[in-house]
Amino acid sequence: MPKIVAVTGNEAVAEAFRQVNPDVCAAYPITPSTDLMQRFASFVNNGKVKTEIILVESEHSAMSACIGASAAGGRVITATSSQGLALMWEELFIASGTRLPIVLGLVNRALSAPLNIHGDHSDGMGARDCGWIQLWSENAQEAYDNTIQAFRIAEHMDIRLPAMTCMDGFIISHSIERMEYLDDEVVKNFAGEFRTVNPLLDIEHPVSYGPLILPDYYMEFRRAHAEVMSKVPEVVLSVAKDFEKISGRKYSLFETYRLEDAEIAFVILNSAAGTSKDVIDEFRNKGVKAGLLKPRLYRPFPYEEVGEALKHLKAVCVLDRADAFGASYGPLYIDIAASLYPYKEKPTLINKIYGLGGRDYLPEHAELVLNELAEVAKTGRVKTFKEYIGVRE
Amino acid sequence: MATPLSLKELSKKEVLLTAGHRMCSGCGAPPVVKMVLLASDYPVVASNATGCLEVSTCISEYTAWKIPWIHNAFENAAASLSGVETMYRSLKKQGKIDKEIKFIAFGGDGGTYDIGFQSLSGAMERGHDMLYICYDNGAYMNTGIQRSSATPFGADTTTCPAGSVVPGKLQQRKDLTKIMAAHGIPYVAQASPSSWSDLMKKVRKALEIKGPKFMNIIAPCNRGWRSRTDDAILLSRLAVETCYWPLYEIEDGVTKITVKPKEKKPLVDFLKPQGRFKHMFAPENEWMLKQAQEEVDKNWERLLKEEAFTASLETPKE
Repeated sequence: MPKIVAVTGNEAVAEAFRQVNPDVCAAYPITPSTDLMQRFASFVNNGKVKTEIILVESEHSAMSACIGASAAGGRVITATSSQGLALMWEELFIASGTRLPIVLGLVNRALSAPLNIHGDHSDGMGARDCGWIQLWSENAQEAYDNTIQAFRIAEHMDIRLPAMTCMDGFIISHSIERMEYLDDEVVKNFAGEFRTVNPLLDIEHPVSYGPLILPDYYMEFRRAHAEVMSKVPEVVLSVAKDFEKISGRKYSLFETYRLEDAEIAFVILNSAAGTSKDVIDEFRNKGVKAGLLKPRLYRPFPYEEVGEALKHLKAVCVLDRADAFGASYGPLYIDIAASLYPYKEKPTLINKIYGLGGRDYLPEHAELVLNELAEVAKTGRVKTFKEYIGVRE
Repeated sequence: MATPLSLKELSKKEVLLTAGHRMCSGCGAPPVVKMVLLASDYPVVASNATGCLEVSTCISEYTAWKIPWIHNAFENAAASLSGVETMYRSLKKQGKIDKEIKFIAFGGDGGTYDIGFQSLSGAMERGHDMLYICYDNGAYMNTGIQRSSATPFGADTTTCPAGSVVPGKLQQRKDLTKIMAAHGIPYVAQASPSSWSDLMKKVRKALEIKGPKFMNIIAPCNRGWRSRTDDAILLSRLAVETCYWPLYEIEDGVTKITVKPKEKKPLVDFLKPQGRFKHMFAPENEWMLKQAQEEVDKNWERLLKEEAFTASLETPKE
């Protein structure tokens, strides 16, 4: 029987890791993901898992050790945030280019400088194009559910790519929420046995990992990677279907909220979607046809499906909790704009940058944006396509 | 029973780094790797830092390695192998694997002394059961002979060229072997391919010891040393005979010089055949030769004292 609990996001992801029971974990402390790994280390030292843990001396070595361990032939996890993910950057590409199904719990946090330990999406956005699968999570329940599903997606024999699950630092990682844990056996069976592909430890069949590949074949490898990425959405949906059977919870490539008959909408990731849904309800009560789309599978991005879901709207605001400096718009906005570009009839698209470095995203921010969207929908006129909100002028 | 360390018996063993790799002719690294792998009677899984050895032995669909081998990046041969070794322990504990496997990391001096130093230090401190082997040719040879912290004093490299104002590298090399010994790991050694039997004995000893081990092996590079193509073994011997590269081991804190030169040759015997030290023989740079010799003398004297001192610390066996 599923168990109803009151836990933090970090606790929930640590629990998912315990239930999946990986072979090796490499960990290095960084706020706000530290607590997740402390909890997992306690499972290791109290014999609750079979996992061997490597307490490395940096995040670069954490991902390096994960790559070695995964290539050796087993299930591997790690977790990090912010600077930690930035330090792993080189290794993230090597993990995906080597097709190693490592699962990483990312607790989203702002990047330096200035130093800031609170939640925003700069870290995950900075790593969005490194060939990993990214699943984003609104709350502790989704973080837990996504973590369990991430193993099945990453390890799928048609995929074999690393995956990171994202949740907002502090807002989710450190807040206690009501949620449901699945039974240990149920999770264990769902994750299944790890299947190896050319493991290094098979000494009877020696393999070389990490060759030098020059212009003669490098491009074919990159294209193969891109082709595998294109198969991910299908696998995400089939894993979600299986997950619904054990949990009763439905997952898709993204979540839509009151979107079908909406005229104006938000596109927003992670925890701020919750606040936005409340405000949407208030506006609906006033007769404003507002809705929301919350991406879940952010990489690979399901452009066609997202475009189909948004094309009928009059005005859409993409809210980015990270800026893409010098790119004119936030990273999520750029993806949404690309999704809508093929359509002749499409909504007017505006972009707000919010919540950087843990700045609160409040209902009044959502109200201001919805009022502006209603005005844009009515008049077709846009004052500013991109601006920072909730910021001192 | 272990294969006897005789040329006759060793010649019957399979060479695990095959011919056909693309290292330069006369490079000191492949003989070092072959000796290391020949010394082991256990199956070995290796990791390799980015560098000459790595780029030249596994290109596209070809590999020269007959053992499981992983290259990850430049600075993390130790961390990567620590992951492999940990997975081995995990699977062994779970009963999914039963073979006795040994783990060896190979890195050049750039990937070991410099960019990979933290990764190496961390892996050694964590106590992984692995042997890290640095093949030290004293510069970033793969990228075109740039200075590393292993480059000897005075050497002409492409980033510290012997110029009219700055005559080559003005700093002494980092003594990495001693730094690794300071980690308190059970076994640290220095070796040279010129003393193949000493090298292989050390590898064997290291593989029999549980825990982290480190070996520093000199590997002449004729491109960077500006020396004759067929002089790698000769130069590595001169490095030993001049006490520039003493052959010693530190086992559980006890230092032992394994090969003592009968007669300590002057350092110039080692420097002279190498074009990278040519400018040091100009009259105005005489001070450089003097300083280089003094450094070698000081280190050698210190090593002799260390050997005597650490021997005196040993508790006499009943």
